[in-house]
Amino acid sequence: MDSAILSLLGAFLLSIMGLFVFIWSMRKGLLVENPRAASVIFARGEIGQIDDPALQDAGRAHLQAAAAEPGDDAHEGHAPDPQELEHRVQADRSSAFPVFMFIAFAIFWLVLGSAAGLTASLKLHMPDWLVGEAWQTFGRVRTMHLTAVLYGWITNAALGLIVWLLPRLLRTPLIGAVWVMLGGALINAGIASAIGAIGAGWSDGMEYLEMPWQIGLFIVAGFLCIIGPVLYTLVNRKVESLYVSVWYLVAALLWITLLFLVGKLPGVHTGVQQATTNWWYGHNVLGLWFTPISVGAIYYFLPKIIGRPVRSYNLSILGFWTLAFFYGQVGGHHLIGGPIPGWLSTLSIVQSMMMIIPVAAFTINMAGTMWGRMHLVRHSPTLRFMMFGGLMYMLSSVQGSLEALRSVNQVAHFTHFTVAHAHLGAYAFVTMVLFGAIYFMLPRVLNWEWPYPRLISLQFWLAAIGIGIYFVGLTIGGWLQGLAMLDASRPFMESVALTIPYLQWRSVGGALMVTSHLVFAGHFLAMALRFGPARTGAALFAPASPKALELVHGK
Amino acid sequence: MENEIKLAAGAMVSLAVATAALVVLPYMEVRDITPPEGLKPYTSAQLRGREVYIANGCVYCHTQQPRDRNLGPDHARGWGRASVPGDYVYDKPHLLGSMRTGPDLFNIGARQPSKDWHLGHLYQPRAYVPGSIMPSYPYLFETKAAAEPGDEVVKLPPGQGPEGKVVVARPEALDLVKYLQALDHTYPVLPPPPRSAAGPAARPAS
Repeated sequence: MDSAILSLLGAFLLSIMGLFVFIWSMRKGLLVENPRAASVIFARGEIGQIDDPALQDAGRAHLQAAAAEPGDDAHEGHAPDPQELEHRVQADRSSAFPVFMFIAFAIFWLVLGSAAGLTASLKLHMPDWLVGEAWQTFGRVRTMHLTAVLYGWITNAALGLIVWLLPRLLRTPLIGAVWVMLGGALINAGIASAIGAIGAGWSDGMEYLEMPWQIGLFIVAGFLCIIGPVLYTLVNRKVESLYVSVWYLVAALLWITLLFLVGKLPGVHTGVQQATTNWWYGHNVLGLWFTPISVGAIYYFLPKIIGRPVRSYNLSILGFWTLAFFYGQVGGHHLIGGPIPGWLSTLSIVQSMMMIIPVAAFTINMAGTMWGRMHLVRHSPTLRFMMFGGLMYMLSSVQGSLEALRSVNQVAHFTHFTVAHAHLGAYAFVTMVLFGAIYFMLPRVLNWEWPYPRLISLQFWLAAIGIGIYFVGLTIGGWLQGLAMLDASRPFMESVALTIPYLQWRSVGGALMVTSHLVFAGHFLAMALRFGPARTGAALFAPASPKALELVHGK
Repeated sequence: MENEIKLAAGAMVSLAVATAALVVLPYMEVRDITPPEGLKPYTSAQLRGREVYIANGCVYCHTQQPRDRNLGPDHARGWGRASVPGDYVYDKPHLLGSMRTGPDLFNIGARQPSKDWHLGHLYQPRAYVPGSIMPSYPYLFETKAAAEPGDEVVKLPPGQGPEGKVVVARPEALDLVKYLQALDHTYPVLPPPPRSAAGPAARPAS
């Protein structure tokens, strides 16, 4: 009893204290707003200028006209500082090759992984379909799906985002791009081997950590190769203050490396302790890797697109440190009712509720930034992805906090409800933000416009409607399944039978999502192969003169 | 430099707190647990079967963690008493699971001890449980014209096997069934001595 309460109190107090120490040290005047720090993503004179590389000239003009605000007249005539734009061009060029590599890999794994996901979904209501070969069985296809989308798609896209954003935000060319590419090669070799190993039945057996630890070594080596150049670029930066996205991105990169390393340590973890480690990792890979990456991306792209700094810089920093201190400890809520110490579930439930703070900080900040500017969504597809993702971050986090409560958990635990929740976070939030980020980044990376802009809207609606059907169907089905399982008077098979129609709806939603990915991948290929009308010069494969690039980037 | 140090230090401190709570403390609490008297270590055939269980992803639909009575009717469904950390001493990796698309298997060996049932059910679950959505596992079996000496012929319900042929279990299937039969945690566990009640006690506060 005493040790339980003490450890609970200790961890909780430490979190709170740490939080306040860091906030205090970050901003000695907490209540004084800091618009300068929030404006660091803009060149001098650039505020008020919209920026959406996924749009063509006419679309940009519309967006610019729609974004005009009364106060802008004062700035008229102030073109963005050409020297600062020049820095940005140099930063973009320094990272173009590795970013292209990460995104190409990411899209490849997205298509493969989501096809595997759809297959697994179909298998749940067609159990005798594709059972002849061992690699086709549900348990393996499902795990290949998870590995391909988590490590292949999201991790690659996240790394591309980090490598592209940091030089921009630090106004410093990326140092050591070759090492970053070596890291990317190692990671993707690891992912390919991991998927092969799982298909062949070689698995470490823990959720999210299935890949054999021998293959995990490649992943760790790859992360280390990337961390080096990232930290070196950070230390040699030209800007004074670090924008909030830098905090999120760099911290996330350090976190995932350590998480993966500790989670995969061979021969250390066993029994119940391994289960808590498993969910410490399993939840932190979402909370301390996917979430900070996506939140960091929104904090950059959303203000950049609309040409206005975020409403409150301090609130964004508060969000960062509360996320850092609360999110790490929520993993135990996956084992509520399991054979783990009672204090551990309680700690995780408490911290799950505390997660409402960073989510509220983020939501208030974004709502404040977008206040009166919501109509811009009509003009900018990238903004649409970002806003959709941001809204879903709020929904999935609030849902996650509530799910940790014992009364809700009792029903939702062990059901498809949890699967729906996981996809709300990993797809509706993270994946949609990454789509938007890629639509923004690639024209700058390849110096080529998206050839068929209508496909961007098509992809958005396919993905949004797909995940909508998926989430709503599976949430209802999962909840009913949970209620049926809790009622001892109903036979277990009833909880299976009643989910079938919802599982079928999940396959319908999944098919729409896969279609959207095919559209996305096709569009990406068309762009990389230089289809469509030539609007700007080619940069990556035949570098144009910096002068010409600068014009493009300053638009 | 100031900001970089804060960033790195803060990120590490926050992660260290989480690691202490979810990895290190459980490690220290569970380290000295002794296995309950009724729990036997796995035999090598059972361990091979456990690998088959892992390789085919059984854990994604089946838990191995009956919950306490106040959290659900797990006991009433015949899944057994709430599990305690000692039950998992020999489990490496753990297979607690997170989904109950199918029933909990912590005591499947006690609930369904028949080898014939398990082999036939793996070959075609719907021959035994109508409406089941468990995949069939034909690749764990061979169909032959006639059984050879030493073959384990699967006894299927009438009309289920291939016409005029016999279904023979491969070694993987036999090992897997041995593991499933070994999943029997019906032995009693003594309540932990009062002194260490706070630690390994499995009962969640209610």
